[in-house]
Amino acid sequence: MNVPRSLLAALLGAALSTTGAAQTAAPTLSSPTTPESAPAADGFIQRWLLLEPIGADGLTDSAVQAAVKKVYFPGQLTVVPHDGDAVTVGDAALRWHAVDTKLYNVNLFHFARAQGKPTSNVLFWAVTIVDSPAEASGVRLAVGSNAASVWWVNGQQVVAIYGDRQTVIDDGVSRRLSLKKGPNVVRAAIVNGGGATDFCARFLDAENRPLTALTIRLP
Amino acid sequence: MKFAFLGLLLPAAVLAQGLDGQIGIHDPSTVVRCNNRFYTYGTGGGSLVSDDGWTWRRGTALPRRGVAPDVIHIGDRYYLYIAANIGAQPKAAVNMIWTRTLDPESTDYKWEEGGVVASSDGVEDSNAIDPGVFLDPSDGRLWLVYGSYFGYIRLVELDPRTGTRMDPSDAPRDLAVNCEAATMMFHDGYYYLLATHGSCCRGADSGYNIRVGRSRKVTGPFVDHTGIDMIRGGGMLLVGSGGRVIGPGHFGLLDLGDGVQRFSLHYEADLDRGGASVLDIRPLLWRDGWPVAGDNLAAGTYAIESVRTGTALELAVEGMPVGGRRVRPPGPPPGGGPPGSGGGFFAGTGSPIPPQDAAQVSASWPAGNVDVRLANYLCQAQQKWAITAAPGAGGYPGSPYFQITIAGTGRTLAASADAELVALPAFTGAPEQLWRIEQLPDGAWRLMPKAVPGSTEPLALSAVGASSPTLARLDPASDKQRWRIKAP
Repeated sequence: MNVPRSLLAALLGAALSTTGAAQTAAPTLSSPTTPESAPAADGFIQRWLLLEPIGADGLTDSAVQAAVKKVYFPGQLTVVPHDGDAVTVGDAALRWHAVDTKLYNVNLFHFARAQGKPTSNVLFWAVTIVDSPAEASGVRLAVGSNAASVWWVNGQQVVAIYGDRQTVIDDGVSRRLSLKKGPNVVRAAIVNGGGATDFCARFLDAENRPLTALTIRLP
Repeated sequence: MKFAFLGLLLPAAVLAQGLDGQIGIHDPSTVVRCNNRFYTYGTGGGSLVSDDGWTWRRGTALPRRGVAPDVIHIGDRYYLYIAANIGAQPKAAVNMIWTRTLDPESTDYKWEEGGVVASSDGVEDSNAIDPGVFLDPSDGRLWLVYGSYFGYIRLVELDPRTGTRMDPSDAPRDLAVNCEAATMMFHDGYYYLLATHGSCCRGADSGYNIRVGRSRKVTGPFVDHTGIDMIRGGGMLLVGSGGRVIGPGHFGLLDLGDGVQRFSLHYEADLDRGGASVLDIRPLLWRDGWPVAGDNLAAGTYAIESVRTGTALELAVEGMPVGGRRVRPPGPPPGGGPPGSGGGFFAGTGSPIPPQDAAQVSASWPAGNVDVRLANYLCQAQQKWAITAAPGAGGYPGSPYFQITIAGTGRTLAASADAELVALPAFTGAPEQLWRIEQLPDGAWRLMPKAVPGSTEPLALSAVGASSPTLARLDPASDKQRWRIKAP
């Protein structure tokens, strides 16, 4: 029998929501050691800035939209953070962490657990900077997330996926968009109910092939 | 490439719509195209013509009268084969005539006599009528099959440069018995002999049905799916009577390209047209190396599910679970027996939950244009699409253009100017709201808007992501453009 995710949420939430997870090193994540990186061969962006989780409830369309429209900290839809920056959300000081993932996806459960933070009923902000060597039109941002997520490119919301869901490669795919030459800001809010949480993202070109001729350069 | 069969079983009460216009014909030739028009010729020399393959009208009669003609386009010529009995059956001959165009308004429209290409003397076991002409795509050789009940279906070779008999001294080969209206096609290394069994010309009492056998060689033997040679009466049923049409016969392959195959035929009796003999065009599907007769899409309410992702097209609104939202109390599952034993979330409500329709849930849907997306199918109203023929909008071979709306609403699926999808508040009949819905050889469907603002290339509904549909350049090989149209 599969254990219902809502049950997992209840069990894990009870264990973690107040005290956070016991700190365990994130096996899939590491701090960047190079000034820039390239997407993986299959286009997945592996370098991100992640903000420690914020409490959030609900995975329906309206609940997630309400969650991402709530102002938690100044400039949350415009800021390009640095590794180690801190923001205050309610009474909590939350830090941005630059990470490289060893996999196609970014394991937010590993991330939060490594910080001793909750993993259930939370919202994660993620930001990366994608440097394009030339303007690219007809491009799509293709994402998957566990659970719901909303995505912006250069300040414009481009795709959102809702509900209690698992990460599927190219689950939510944006309409055609243009990457400008130079840096482009990709921002995401991932809302988790309970259990595992992660995301993956890549750009696809006009022929739906992974876009790899990009540079990921965090500030 | 072999695809799993994805055939749609339409509800029995929902019938495919027949062709539109003047479609009365008997023993139609294979439908062929000439200058973007479709033509077919029938017994007696009459013809039907159509600009789109959906709406038909009477055409110009042939200069040579006879029974059950067939026609083929090779190079800059159209060769037409038409037979006539000479006195009593089975003494008969197949004549060939040819022209450079089928368009009577063209200055090139002129039928030339090509002579007799096959005959029967009235004594031999053959009746040289019902010709079927076949150009072998594997080697370019041209063949003619003919015959009708008196003895054998026979095969002779023709010269593809002239349409005449390649070697009149070469004796015909016997391929089948107890049938007529034979023709051939080639698919994936096999030759298929299609022939009509049963009796014709008896209206609703006609037992006509189209059967098929296959062979690795054009000369046979053609064996059915049970191993019986067609020369001993074998033949797998391709299509028989059903619904409101009786007595299908006279198969003709119509390959539309881009992975779409159809076949022309006639029914001896269309009950909705007073039992008249009428033309039809139906999808040709393939399953395990055998042809299968598909059905043109019938009007109805459907789920539209991506073959690639398994997710279904829906209006991008927040769904409401059928029967309303029920929340399981926190904590472990309740004990006390299996679901339905009384008490607890898993026992349900205790009474049937009615289907969800738009009237129950649409009050919270936004007005105006709404995005369209893909999601797990949960029997919800925003996932149920009413597909109906768009009145007066024309069509394509076998079907009208369709409008696709959320059932119980006017919210209409349309192509947007950026080659994406949108649900409009109401159907206005604009070309970007008209959909060509064609069944593919594996039974899946392809959906294409009639027009996309600002685009000239053919675009098809495409599951670019598990949750994201779009319009993309037509790619017959792409699973992203294959859809299941299912009863909701």
